[in-house]
Amino acid sequence: MSRRKYFVLALVVAFGSAGNVLMSRGMKDVGQITIAHWTEAIAALANPWVTIATVLLIGFMITYLTALSWADLTYVLPATSVSYILVALLGQFILGEHITALRWLGIALVTSGVGFVARGRSHTPQIERMEEAEKRSRD
Amino acid sequence: MDRQDIYTWCLIGAVVLSSTAGDVLSAQAMQKIGDFGKLRERVGIGGVVVSVMRSTRFLLAVVFMAVSFFTLMMALSWAEVSLVVPATAALTFLTNAVAAKLVLHEKVDRRRWIAAVFVSVGVALISQ
Repeated sequence: MSRRKYFVLALVVAFGSAGNVLMSRGMKDVGQITIAHWTEAIAALANPWVTIATVLLIGFMITYLTALSWADLTYVLPATSVSYILVALLGQFILGEHITALRWLGIALVTSGVGFVARGRSHTPQIERMEEAEKRSRD
Repeated sequence: MDRQDIYTWCLIGAVVLSSTAGDVLSAQAMQKIGDFGKLRERVGIGGVVVSVMRSTRFLLAVVFMAVSFFTLMMALSWAEVSLVVPATAALTFLTNAVAAKLVLHEKVDRRRWIAAVFVSVGVALISQ
């Protein structure tokens, strides 16, 4: 994979984590939303934190789609799971949320999953997809 | 489990299902369109945007992503970000691994399954 592609994956992580943390910050102002009052979720977009978060999450979407144009879904998702650590750290240091030892262990396990896929290949060629599909239709 | 927990986990379930549908549909659409870098060399950035916007699969994916976006916002209003985000993302990762194999016909090798198991154990711990 080229350096440009790793850069795109890094952007997916950055936009995704920052967007989620800011969204959480905004929702703290907005308060709890129930299914019965789901329209409050739309009204919440007026909150400045939620607005910035939405812009960042759009950035996340664009870089994420770009990554999916040249890599497998089962590669892109774990490869970008570094963001769990970022979100936890940002949640603790910026929002003052408490992360227990067990949560840290969970976060470490999730992230070690990245190591497994990162060393494999990033894309299933079309010809192999067709073989996979054929194999399944025979079973 | 009190009412708040039940609400949180129902919302997390809704986020997982809708975002899996969104991910699989958008991955399908992007695979069909092909490498953005190569496509941009041929038709420019505008051409890339047009081919994405004209994909029915992608538009359907957007609907599911919108549902997952609003359910995620609701979940964040009920529980902490360090629970909601890892839990939804990691569970989605599991459902996506299954969907990628069955629907997208990706080769989900042992490496990727091991990653899936690590992630699911991680989620169980994070949600303690």
